[in-house]
Amino acid sequence: MYVAVKGGERAIDNAHLLLAKKRRGDTSIPELSVEQVREQMPLAVARVMSEGSLYDPQLAALAIKQAAGDLMEAIFLLRAYRTTLPRFGASAALDTTQMQLTRRISATFKDLPGGQLLGPTFDYSHRLLDFALLAEGEQPGPQVDPQAELSPCPRVLDFLADEGLMAREVDDGAAVPDITREPLDFPASRAQRLQALARGDEGFLLALGYSTQRGYGRNHPFAGEIRIGEVEVWLEPEELGFAVPLGDIEVTECEMVNQFVGESAEQAQFTRGYGLAFGYAERKAMGMALVDRSLRAAEYNEEVEGPAQQEEFVLMHCDNVEAAGFVSHLKLPHYVDFQSELELIRKLRKQASEQPAAEEQRA
Amino acid sequence: MNRATPQSKLLHSDPQIAARQRWMGVLARAGTGLAAYESALKEVDYQLIRAPEIGMCLVRGRMGGTGSPFNLGEMSMTRCVVRLADGRTGYSYVAGRDKQHAELAALADAHLQGSEQPHWLSRLIEPLAAVQHAQQVAKAAETATTQVEFFTLVRGED
Repeated sequence: MYVAVKGGERAIDNAHLLLAKKRRGDTSIPELSVEQVREQMPLAVARVMSEGSLYDPQLAALAIKQAAGDLMEAIFLLRAYRTTLPRFGASAALDTTQMQLTRRISATFKDLPGGQLLGPTFDYSHRLLDFALLAEGEQPGPQVDPQAELSPCPRVLDFLADEGLMAREVDDGAAVPDITREPLDFPASRAQRLQALARGDEGFLLALGYSTQRGYGRNHPFAGEIRIGEVEVWLEPEELGFAVPLGDIEVTECEMVNQFVGESAEQAQFTRGYGLAFGYAERKAMGMALVDRSLRAAEYNEEVEGPAQQEEFVLMHCDNVEAAGFVSHLKLPHYVDFQSELELIRKLRKQASEQPAAEEQRA
Repeated sequence: MNRATPQSKLLHSDPQIAARQRWMGVLARAGTGLAAYESALKEVDYQLIRAPEIGMCLVRGRMGGTGSPFNLGEMSMTRCVVRLADGRTGYSYVAGRDKQHAELAALADAHLQGSEQPHWLSRLIEPLAAVQHAQQVAKAAETATTQVEFFTLVRGED
Protein backbone atom coordinates (compact mmCIF):
# COMPACT_ATOMS: atom_id res chain seq x y z
CA MET A 1 0.00 0.00 0.00
CA TYR A 2 1.20 3.50 -0.74
CA VAL A 3 0.29 6.73 0.98
CA ALA A 4 -0.31 10.27 -0.20
CA VAL A 5 2.50 12.71 0.41
CA LYS A 6 2.57 16.49 0.17
CA GLY A 7 5.28 18.84 -0.93
CA GLY A 8 7.97 18.57 -3.54
CA GLU A 9 6.12 20.72 -6.10
CA ARG A 10 9.20 22.74 -6.95
CA ALA A 11 11.33 19.63 -7.29
CA ILE A 12 8.71 18.03 -9.53
CA ASP A 13 8.44 21.12 -11.75
CA ASN A 14 12.19 21.26 -12.08
CA ALA A 15 12.37 17.54 -12.82
CA HIS A 16 9.97 18.10 -15.73
CA LEU A 17 12.04 21.03 -16.98
CA LEU A 18 15.16 18.90 -16.78
CA LEU A 19 13.43 16.13 -18.71
CA ALA A 20 12.50 18.62 -21.44
CA LYS A 21 16.14 19.69 -21.54
CA LYS A 22 17.33 16.09 -21.76
CA ARG A 23 14.86 15.43 -24.57
CA ARG A 24 16.17 18.40 -26.53
CA GLY A 25 19.79 17.36 -26.08
CA ASP A 26 22.62 19.47 -27.43
CA THR A 27 21.03 22.66 -28.78
CA SER A 28 23.81 23.11 -31.32
CA ILE A 29 22.21 20.16 -33.15
CA PRO A 30 18.97 20.94 -35.05
CA GLU A 31 15.76 19.94 -33.29
CA LEU A 32 13.89 16.88 -34.55
CA SER A 33 10.46 17.73 -35.99
CA VAL A 34 7.38 15.56 -35.55
CA GLU A 35 7.15 15.23 -39.32
CA GLN A 36 10.73 13.94 -39.43
CA VAL A 37 9.87 11.26 -36.89
CA ARG A 38 6.72 10.37 -38.80
CA GLU A 39 8.48 10.11 -42.15
CA GLN A 40 11.82 8.71 -41.07
CA MET A 41 10.91 6.34 -38.24
CA PRO A 42 7.81 4.68 -39.73
CA LEU A 43 8.37 1.39 -37.94
CA ALA A 44 8.52 3.06 -34.52
CA VAL A 45 5.37 4.97 -35.48
CA ALA A 46 3.69 1.69 -36.47
CA ARG A 47 4.49 0.08 -33.14
CA VAL A 48 3.18 3.03 -31.16
CA MET A 49 -0.06 3.08 -33.19
CA SER A 50 -0.60 -0.68 -32.82
CA GLU A 51 -0.02 -0.91 -29.11
CA GLY A 52 -1.38 2.56 -28.44
CA SER A 53 -4.49 1.23 -30.23
CA LEU A 54 -4.98 4.40 -32.29
CA TYR A 55 -4.11 4.77 -35.95
CA ASP A 56 -2.81 8.32 -36.30
CA PRO A 57 0.78 8.55 -37.62
CA GLN A 58 1.19 12.22 -36.71
CA LEU A 59 0.11 11.76 -33.10
CA ALA A 60 2.23 8.62 -32.75
CA ALA A 61 5.23 10.62 -34.01
CA LEU A 62 4.43 13.41 -31.56
CA ALA A 63 4.24 10.86 -28.74
CA ILE A 64 7.64 9.42 -29.74
CA LYS A 65 9.19 12.89 -29.71
CA GLN A 66 7.58 13.79 -26.39
CA ALA A 67 8.67 10.48 -24.86
CA ALA A 68 12.27 11.10 -25.98
CA GLY A 69 12.15 7.85 -27.96
CA ASP A 70 10.78 5.67 -25.14
CA LEU A 71 8.23 3.75 -27.20
CA MET A 72 6.36 2.36 -24.21
CA GLU A 73 5.94 5.85 -22.79
CA ALA A 74 4.77 6.97 -26.26
CA ILE A 75 2.24 4.12 -26.34
CA PHE A 76 0.96 5.22 -22.93
CA LEU A 77 0.60 8.83 -24.19
CA LEU A 78 -1.38 7.70 -27.23
CA ARG A 79 -3.64 5.45 -25.12
CA ALA A 80 -4.32 8.36 -22.79
CA TYR A 81 -5.18 10.67 -25.70
CA ARG A 82 -7.43 7.99 -27.16
CA THR A 83 -9.66 8.12 -24.08
CA THR A 84 -10.41 11.82 -24.74
CA LEU A 85 -12.02 11.22 -28.15
CA PRO A 86 -15.61 10.20 -28.84
CA ARG A 87 -16.14 7.05 -30.89
CA PHE A 88 -18.28 7.76 -33.96
CA GLY A 89 -18.81 4.12 -34.84
CA ALA A 90 -17.26 0.85 -35.84
CA SER A 91 -15.92 0.25 -39.33
CA ALA A 92 -17.04 -2.43 -41.74
CA ALA A 93 -14.55 -5.29 -41.30
CA LEU A 94 -11.40 -4.64 -43.34
CA ASP A 95 -11.18 -6.55 -46.60
CA THR A 96 -7.48 -7.40 -46.47
CA THR A 97 -7.83 -9.55 -49.60
CA GLN A 98 -8.24 -6.24 -51.50
CA MET A 99 -5.25 -4.53 -49.92
CA GLN A 100 -2.84 -2.56 -52.09
CA LEU A 101 0.21 -4.67 -51.37
CA THR A 102 3.67 -3.34 -50.69
CA ARG A 103 4.88 -6.74 -49.50
CA ARG A 104 3.54 -10.27 -49.78
CA ILE A 105 5.46 -13.42 -49.06
CA SER A 106 4.69 -17.05 -48.40
CA ALA A 107 6.99 -19.60 -46.83
CA THR A 108 4.68 -22.47 -47.77
CA PHE A 109 4.47 -22.11 -51.54
CA LYS A 110 7.33 -21.11 -53.78
CA ASP A 111 5.22 -20.41 -56.84
CA LEU A 112 1.91 -18.79 -56.28
CA PRO A 113 -0.40 -16.47 -58.23
CA GLY A 114 0.80 -12.90 -57.84
CA GLY A 115 4.24 -14.08 -56.81
CA GLN A 116 6.41 -13.21 -53.86
CA LEU A 117 6.78 -9.47 -53.36
CA LEU A 118 9.59 -8.64 -50.98
CA GLY A 119 8.82 -4.94 -50.60
CA PRO A 120 10.99 -2.85 -48.29
CA THR A 121 12.41 -5.44 -45.89
CA PHE A 122 15.30 -6.03 -43.49
CA ASP A 123 15.33 -9.70 -44.55
CA TYR A 124 18.42 -10.56 -46.61
CA SER A 125 20.34 -7.59 -45.18
CA HIS A 126 23.61 -8.51 -43.51
CA ARG A 127 22.96 -6.58 -40.33
CA LEU A 128 26.21 -4.69 -40.79
CA LEU A 129 26.16 -1.08 -39.69
CA ASP A 130 25.87 1.15 -42.76
CA PHE A 131 28.35 3.91 -42.07
CA ALA A 132 27.16 5.75 -45.17
CA LEU A 133 24.13 6.79 -43.08
CA LEU A 134 26.42 8.81 -40.84
CA ALA A 135 26.48 11.26 -43.72
CA GLU A 136 23.36 12.78 -45.19
CA GLY A 137 22.42 11.62 -48.64
CA GLU A 138 19.69 10.89 -51.12
CA GLN A 139 18.07 7.46 -51.17
CA PRO A 140 16.82 7.20 -54.74
CA GLY A 141 15.34 3.68 -54.50
CA PRO A 142 15.37 1.08 -57.26
CA GLN A 143 14.98 1.67 -61.02
CA VAL A 144 11.24 1.47 -61.59
CA ASP A 145 9.50 0.48 -64.80
CA PRO A 146 6.47 2.79 -64.63
CA GLN A 147 4.46 0.32 -66.73
CA ALA A 148 5.02 -2.55 -64.29
CA GLU A 149 1.87 -3.85 -62.63
CA LEU A 150 1.12 -6.31 -59.87
CA SER A 151 -0.95 -9.37 -60.65
CA PRO A 152 -3.86 -10.23 -58.36
CA CYS A 153 -2.67 -11.92 -55.17
CA PRO A 154 -5.33 -14.31 -53.87
CA ARG A 155 -5.07 -15.48 -50.26
CA VAL A 156 -2.54 -18.29 -49.98
CA LEU A 157 -4.48 -20.21 -47.35
CA ASP A 158 -7.48 -20.35 -49.69
CA PHE A 159 -5.52 -22.86 -51.80
CA LEU A 160 -5.42 -25.19 -48.81
CA ALA A 161 -9.07 -24.51 -48.01
CA ASP A 162 -10.03 -25.23 -51.65
CA GLU A 163 -8.44 -28.65 -51.28
CA GLY A 164 -10.23 -29.24 -47.98
CA LEU A 165 -6.93 -29.32 -46.13
CA MET A 166 -7.92 -26.43 -43.91
CA ALA A 167 -11.20 -25.08 -42.56
CA ARG A 168 -12.39 -21.91 -44.27
CA GLU A 169 -12.80 -18.83 -42.06
CA VAL A 170 -16.41 -17.71 -42.29
CA ASP A 171 -18.29 -14.94 -40.51
CA ASP A 172 -20.59 -16.48 -37.89
CA GLY A 173 -22.55 -13.22 -37.64
CA ALA A 174 -22.12 -13.00 -33.86
CA ALA A 175 -21.94 -9.62 -32.11
CA VAL A 176 -18.36 -8.34 -31.78
CA PRO A 177 -17.27 -8.09 -28.14
CA ASP A 178 -15.19 -5.03 -27.17
CA ILE A 179 -12.71 -5.46 -24.32
CA THR A 180 -12.33 -1.69 -24.03
CA ARG A 181 -16.00 -1.41 -23.04
CA GLU A 182 -16.78 -4.71 -21.29
CA PRO A 183 -14.01 -6.23 -19.18
CA LEU A 184 -12.49 -9.54 -20.26
CA ASP A 185 -14.03 -12.65 -18.80
CA PHE A 186 -12.61 -16.16 -18.96
CA PRO A 187 -12.77 -18.29 -20.94
CA ALA A 188 -12.53 -15.50 -23.52
CA SER A 189 -13.81 -15.72 -27.09
CA ARG A 190 -11.36 -15.67 -29.99
CA ALA A 191 -12.57 -12.16 -30.90
CA GLN A 192 -11.72 -10.93 -27.39
CA ARG A 193 -8.35 -12.64 -27.52
CA LEU A 194 -7.47 -11.15 -30.90
CA GLN A 195 -8.42 -7.65 -29.71
CA ALA A 196 -6.21 -8.04 -26.64
CA LEU A 197 -3.32 -9.42 -28.71
CA ALA A 198 -3.67 -6.66 -31.33
CA ARG A 199 -2.88 -4.08 -28.63
CA GLY A 200 -0.49 -6.41 -26.81
CA ASP A 201 3.23 -5.85 -26.36
CA GLU A 202 5.30 -6.96 -29.34
CA GLY A 203 8.16 -8.23 -27.18
CA PHE A 204 5.84 -10.26 -24.97
CA LEU A 205 4.05 -11.84 -27.95
CA LEU A 206 7.33 -12.50 -29.72
CA ALA A 207 8.75 -14.26 -26.64
CA LEU A 208 5.61 -16.34 -26.18
CA GLY A 209 5.59 -17.28 -29.86
CA TYR A 210 9.25 -18.25 -29.56
CA SER A 211 8.49 -20.36 -26.50
CA THR A 212 6.01 -22.44 -28.53
CA GLN A 213 8.71 -23.03 -31.14
CA ARG A 214 11.08 -24.20 -28.43
CA GLY A 215 8.61 -26.77 -27.13
CA TYR A 216 6.39 -25.05 -24.57
CA GLY A 217 3.16 -25.82 -26.38
CA ARG A 218 4.50 -26.73 -29.77
CA ASN A 219 2.11 -26.19 -32.71
CA HIS A 220 4.44 -26.52 -35.69
CA PRO A 221 3.90 -23.22 -37.53
CA PHE A 222 4.60 -22.18 -41.12
CA ALA A 223 4.29 -18.58 -42.32
CA GLY A 224 1.56 -19.30 -44.84
CA GLU A 225 1.29 -15.70 -45.94
CA ILE A 226 2.41 -12.27 -44.79
CA ARG A 227 0.78 -9.27 -46.44
CA ILE A 228 1.63 -5.64 -45.84
CA GLY A 229 -0.15 -2.81 -47.58
CA GLU A 230 -2.89 -0.25 -47.53
CA VAL A 231 -6.47 -1.20 -46.99
CA GLU A 232 -9.63 0.88 -47.23
CA VAL A 233 -11.64 1.62 -44.12
CA TRP A 234 -15.40 1.98 -44.54
CA LEU A 235 -17.78 3.35 -41.95
CA GLU A 236 -21.56 3.25 -42.10
CA PRO A 237 -22.84 6.34 -40.28
CA GLU A 238 -26.40 5.95 -38.97
CA GLU A 239 -27.48 9.27 -40.42
CA LEU A 240 -26.50 8.26 -43.97
CA GLY A 241 -27.75 4.70 -44.13
CA PHE A 242 -24.91 3.59 -46.40
CA ALA A 243 -21.20 2.99 -45.93
CA VAL A 244 -18.54 5.52 -46.95
CA PRO A 245 -14.75 5.14 -47.31
CA LEU A 246 -12.79 7.14 -44.70
CA GLY A 247 -9.45 6.57 -46.43
CA ASP A 248 -6.71 3.97 -46.26
CA ILE A 249 -4.60 2.63 -43.44
CA GLU A 250 -1.45 0.56 -43.60
CA VAL A 251 -1.72 -2.87 -41.98
CA THR A 252 0.35 -6.02 -41.65
CA GLU A 253 -1.36 -9.37 -41.77
CA CYS A 254 0.12 -12.79 -40.97
CA GLU A 255 -1.55 -16.12 -41.53
CA MET A 256 0.17 -19.10 -39.96
CA VAL A 257 -0.45 -22.67 -41.06
CA ASN A 258 -0.21 -25.00 -38.06
CA GLN A 259 -0.28 -28.67 -37.20
CA PHE A 260 -3.17 -30.93 -38.11
CA VAL A 261 -6.27 -31.77 -36.16
CA GLY A 262 -9.02 -34.22 -37.02
CA GLU A 263 -10.89 -37.27 -35.80
CA SER A 264 -9.24 -39.56 -38.32
CA ALA A 265 -6.43 -39.56 -40.87
CA GLU A 266 -8.90 -38.80 -43.69
CA GLN A 267 -10.30 -35.81 -41.85
CA ALA A 268 -6.96 -34.34 -40.84
CA GLN A 269 -6.73 -30.61 -41.48
CA PHE A 270 -4.19 -27.87 -40.91
CA THR A 271 -5.10 -25.23 -38.34
CA ARG A 272 -4.72 -21.46 -38.44
CA GLY A 273 -3.22 -18.65 -36.41
CA TYR A 274 -3.96 -15.03 -37.36
CA GLY A 275 -2.15 -11.79 -36.73
CA LEU A 276 -3.11 -8.26 -37.77
CA ALA A 277 -1.46 -4.99 -36.78
CA PHE A 278 -1.47 -1.32 -37.74
CA GLY A 279 1.39 -0.16 -39.95
CA TYR A 280 4.46 -2.06 -41.09
CA ALA A 281 4.70 -4.44 -38.15
CA GLU A 282 5.75 -7.87 -39.34
CA ARG A 283 7.29 -9.21 -36.12
CA LYS A 284 4.23 -8.14 -34.17
CA ALA A 285 1.82 -9.80 -36.61
CA MET A 286 3.86 -13.03 -36.59
CA GLY A 287 4.03 -13.14 -32.78
CA MET A 288 0.32 -12.48 -32.60
CA ALA A 289 -0.47 -15.26 -35.09
CA LEU A 290 1.63 -17.76 -33.13
CA VAL A 291 -0.07 -16.84 -29.87
CA ASP A 292 -3.55 -16.79 -31.45
CA ARG A 293 -2.97 -20.40 -32.47
CA SER A 294 -1.51 -21.49 -29.14
CA LEU A 295 -4.51 -20.00 -27.31
CA ARG A 296 -6.83 -22.20 -29.40
CA ALA A 297 -5.60 -25.25 -27.45
CA ALA A 298 -8.96 -25.82 -25.75
CA GLU A 299 -10.80 -25.62 -29.09
CA TYR A 300 -8.65 -28.48 -30.42
CA ASN A 301 -8.56 -30.46 -27.16
CA GLU A 302 -4.84 -29.98 -26.83
CA GLU A 303 -3.11 -30.37 -23.51
CA VAL A 304 -2.22 -26.98 -22.03
CA GLU A 305 1.42 -27.35 -21.14
CA GLY A 306 3.10 -24.06 -22.02
CA PRO A 307 2.59 -20.47 -20.83
CA ALA A 308 1.61 -19.40 -24.37
CA GLN A 309 -1.42 -21.71 -24.17
CA GLN A 310 -2.67 -20.30 -20.87
CA GLU A 311 -5.31 -17.81 -21.86
CA GLU A 312 -5.61 -15.93 -18.59
CA PHE A 313 -1.85 -15.69 -18.16
CA VAL A 314 -1.34 -14.37 -21.69
CA LEU A 315 -4.26 -11.96 -21.87
CA MET A 316 -3.77 -10.51 -18.39
CA HIS A 317 -0.09 -9.78 -19.00
CA CYS A 318 0.19 -8.80 -22.68
CA ASP A 319 -0.76 -5.15 -22.25
CA ASN A 320 2.39 -3.10 -21.68
CA VAL A 321 0.53 -0.02 -20.45
CA GLU A 322 -0.99 -2.08 -17.63
CA ALA A 323 2.27 -3.92 -16.97
CA ALA A 324 4.38 -0.76 -16.92
CA GLY A 325 1.82 0.94 -14.70
CA PHE A 326 1.83 -1.78 -12.08
CA VAL A 327 5.59 -2.13 -12.05
CA SER A 328 6.02 1.66 -11.96
CA HIS A 329 3.71 2.01 -8.99
CA LEU A 330 6.50 0.48 -6.92
CA LYS A 331 8.12 3.92 -7.16
CA LEU A 332 5.24 5.54 -5.29
CA PRO A 333 5.78 6.18 -1.57
CA HIS A 334 5.42 2.90 0.32
CA TYR A 335 6.87 4.42 3.49
CA VAL A 336 4.18 3.19 5.92
CA ASP A 337 4.09 -0.28 4.42
CA PHE A 338 7.83 -0.52 4.57
CA GLN A 339 8.01 0.77 8.16
CA SER A 340 5.84 -2.12 9.32
CA GLU A 341 8.01 -4.61 7.44
CA LEU A 342 11.07 -3.02 9.00
CA GLU A 343 9.63 -3.30 12.50
CA LEU A 344 8.69 -6.91 11.90
CA ILE A 345 12.11 -7.95 10.67
CA ARG A 346 13.83 -6.15 13.57
CA LYS A 347 11.55 -7.88 16.06
CA LEU A 348 12.20 -11.28 14.51
CA ARG A 349 15.94 -10.80 14.60
CA LYS A 350 15.84 -9.51 18.18
CA GLN A 351 13.84 -12.50 19.37
CA ALA A 352 16.17 -14.90 17.60
CA SER A 353 19.27 -13.30 19.11
CA GLU A 354 17.84 -13.18 22.67
CA GLN A 355 16.60 -16.76 22.73
CA PRO A 356 19.97 -18.56 22.51
CA ALA A 357 21.32 -16.31 25.28
CA ALA A 358 18.40 -17.20 27.56
CA GLU A 359 18.88 -20.90 26.85
CA GLU A 360 22.58 -20.63 27.77
CA GLN A 361 21.71 -19.02 31.12
CA ARG A 362 19.31 -21.84 31.93
CA ALA A 363 21.95 -24.46 31.22
CA MET B 1 -5.92 -5.30 -55.70
CA ASN B 2 -6.84 -1.86 -56.83
CA ARG B 3 -7.70 0.65 -54.17
CA ALA B 4 -9.74 2.73 -56.56
CA THR B 5 -12.12 -0.22 -56.77
CA PRO B 6 -14.01 0.06 -53.54
CA GLN B 7 -15.17 -2.93 -51.57
CA SER B 8 -17.83 -4.14 -53.95
CA LYS B 9 -19.92 -5.65 -51.16
CA LEU B 10 -20.34 -2.22 -49.60
CA LEU B 11 -21.24 -0.40 -52.79
CA HIS B 12 -24.92 0.45 -52.82
CA SER B 13 -27.22 -1.10 -55.43
CA ASP B 14 -28.66 2.34 -56.19
CA PRO B 15 -26.20 3.76 -58.77
CA GLN B 16 -26.72 7.32 -57.49
CA ILE B 17 -25.69 6.30 -53.97
CA ALA B 18 -22.83 4.23 -55.36
CA ALA B 19 -21.57 7.31 -57.25
CA ARG B 20 -21.78 9.32 -54.03
CA GLN B 21 -19.83 6.62 -52.17
CA ARG B 22 -17.17 6.89 -54.80
CA TRP B 23 -16.79 10.66 -54.65
CA MET B 24 -16.88 10.64 -50.86
CA GLY B 25 -13.98 8.18 -50.98
CA VAL B 26 -12.03 10.40 -53.36
CA LEU B 27 -12.69 13.43 -51.13
CA ALA B 28 -11.69 11.51 -48.00
CA ARG B 29 -8.30 10.72 -49.58
CA ALA B 30 -7.76 14.21 -50.98
CA GLY B 31 -6.25 15.61 -47.76
CA THR B 32 -4.63 18.99 -48.27
CA GLY B 33 -5.29 18.63 -52.02
CA LEU B 34 -8.74 20.14 -51.40
CA ALA B 35 -7.25 23.43 -50.23
CA ALA B 36 -6.68 24.45 -53.86
CA TYR B 37 -10.47 24.35 -54.38
CA GLU B 38 -11.34 26.24 -51.20
CA SER B 39 -12.47 29.51 -52.76
CA ALA B 40 -14.57 27.75 -55.43
CA LEU B 41 -16.22 25.50 -52.85
CA LYS B 42 -16.97 28.45 -50.56
CA GLU B 43 -18.44 30.70 -53.27
CA VAL B 44 -21.94 29.92 -52.01
CA ASP B 45 -23.54 30.72 -48.66
CA TYR B 46 -23.53 27.77 -46.34
CA GLN B 47 -24.08 26.87 -42.72
CA LEU B 48 -22.28 24.36 -40.55
CA ILE B 49 -24.94 21.94 -39.33
CA ARG B 50 -22.27 19.96 -37.54
CA ALA B 51 -19.00 21.83 -37.21
CA PRO B 52 -15.94 19.69 -38.00
CA GLU B 53 -15.57 17.29 -35.08
CA ILE B 54 -12.63 15.00 -34.31
CA GLY B 55 -13.32 11.51 -33.03
CA MET B 56 -12.51 7.89 -33.69
CA CYS B 57 -13.67 4.97 -35.75
CA LEU B 58 -13.26 1.52 -34.23
CA VAL B 59 -11.46 -0.48 -36.92
CA ARG B 60 -12.43 -4.11 -37.31
CA GLY B 61 -10.52 -6.92 -38.94
CA ARG B 62 -11.62 -10.45 -39.73
CA MET B 63 -10.19 -13.68 -38.30
CA GLY B 64 -8.10 -15.22 -41.05
CA GLY B 65 -8.97 -12.23 -43.24
CA THR B 66 -12.38 -13.63 -44.18
CA GLY B 67 -13.96 -14.88 -40.94
CA SER B 68 -15.80 -13.30 -38.01
CA PRO B 69 -14.89 -9.71 -37.18
CA PHE B 70 -12.82 -8.59 -34.19
CA ASN B 71 -11.69 -5.16 -33.01
CA LEU B 72 -8.23 -4.20 -34.20
CA GLY B 73 -8.03 -0.70 -32.69
CA GLU B 74 -9.27 2.82 -33.29
CA MET B 75 -8.32 5.36 -35.94
CA SER B 76 -8.71 9.10 -35.72
CA MET B 77 -11.28 10.67 -38.02
CA THR B 78 -13.14 13.94 -38.54
CA ARG B 79 -16.75 14.44 -39.59
CA CYS B 80 -18.68 17.47 -40.72
CA VAL B 81 -22.14 18.38 -42.07
CA VAL B 82 -22.91 21.54 -44.04
CA ARG B 83 -26.07 22.99 -45.54
CA LEU B 84 -26.03 25.20 -48.62
CA ALA B 85 -28.41 28.17 -48.96
CA ASP B 86 -30.71 26.09 -51.21
CA GLY B 87 -31.13 23.48 -48.46
CA ARG B 88 -28.84 20.78 -49.83
CA THR B 89 -26.73 19.08 -47.19
CA GLY B 90 -23.25 17.66 -47.56
CA TYR B 91 -21.53 15.15 -45.29
CA SER B 92 -17.95 14.17 -44.76
CA TYR B 93 -16.18 11.40 -42.83
CA VAL B 94 -12.44 11.53 -43.31
CA ALA B 95 -9.47 9.76 -41.75
CA GLY B 96 -7.23 11.97 -39.63
CA ARG B 97 -7.74 15.17 -37.68
CA ASP B 98 -7.83 17.85 -40.36
CA LYS B 99 -10.94 19.99 -39.74
CA GLN B 100 -10.37 22.09 -42.84
CA HIS B 101 -10.26 18.92 -44.94
CA ALA B 102 -13.53 17.69 -43.39
CA GLU B 103 -15.33 20.99 -43.99
CA LEU B 104 -14.23 21.26 -47.62
CA ALA B 105 -15.12 17.59 -48.26
CA ALA B 106 -18.62 18.16 -46.83
CA LEU B 107 -19.03 21.27 -49.00
CA ALA B 108 -17.94 19.34 -52.07
CA ASP B 109 -20.41 16.56 -51.23
CA ALA B 110 -23.21 19.15 -51.10
CA HIS B 111 -22.20 20.72 -54.43
CA LEU B 112 -21.99 17.29 -56.06
CA GLN B 113 -25.63 16.56 -55.24
CA GLY B 114 -26.92 19.59 -57.12
CA SER B 115 -27.62 20.40 -60.75
CA GLU B 116 -23.96 21.31 -61.26
CA GLN B 117 -22.85 17.79 -60.53
CA PRO B 118 -21.16 17.23 -63.94
CA HIS B 119 -19.15 20.41 -63.42
CA TRP B 120 -17.92 19.34 -59.96
CA LEU B 121 -17.25 15.80 -61.11
CA SER B 122 -15.05 16.93 -63.98
CA ARG B 123 -13.45 19.85 -62.18
CA LEU B 124 -12.88 18.38 -58.74
CA ILE B 125 -13.43 14.64 -58.44
CA GLU B 126 -11.85 13.39 -61.67
CA PRO B 127 -8.58 15.34 -61.25
CA LEU B 128 -8.27 14.22 -57.61
CA ALA B 129 -9.11 10.62 -58.53
CA ALA B 130 -6.49 10.75 -61.31
CA VAL B 131 -3.81 11.91 -58.87
CA GLN B 132 -4.78 9.20 -56.39
CA HIS B 133 -4.78 6.57 -59.10
CA ALA B 134 -1.36 7.69 -60.38
CA GLN B 135 0.09 7.44 -56.85
CA GLN B 136 -1.30 3.96 -56.53
CA VAL B 137 0.08 2.85 -59.89
CA ALA B 138 3.50 4.30 -59.04
CA LYS B 139 3.52 2.46 -55.72
CA ALA B 140 2.56 -0.82 -57.38
CA ALA B 141 5.34 -0.36 -59.95
CA GLU B 142 7.83 0.17 -57.13
CA THR B 143 6.66 -2.96 -55.35
CA ALA B 144 6.87 -4.89 -58.62
CA THR B 145 10.66 -4.30 -58.67
CA THR B 146 10.90 -6.62 -55.64
CA GLN B 147 8.95 -9.51 -57.14
CA VAL B 148 11.11 -12.63 -56.99
CA GLU B 149 11.28 -16.10 -58.32
CA PHE B 150 12.78 -18.40 -55.72
CA PHE B 151 14.54 -21.50 -56.98
CA THR B 152 14.91 -24.41 -54.61
CA LEU B 153 18.26 -26.12 -54.87
CA VAL B 154 18.68 -29.87 -54.85
CA ARG B 155 20.52 -30.78 -51.70
CA GLY B 156 22.95 -33.69 -51.36
CA GLU B 157 23.38 -36.51 -53.82
CA ASP B 158 20.49 -36.99 -56.27
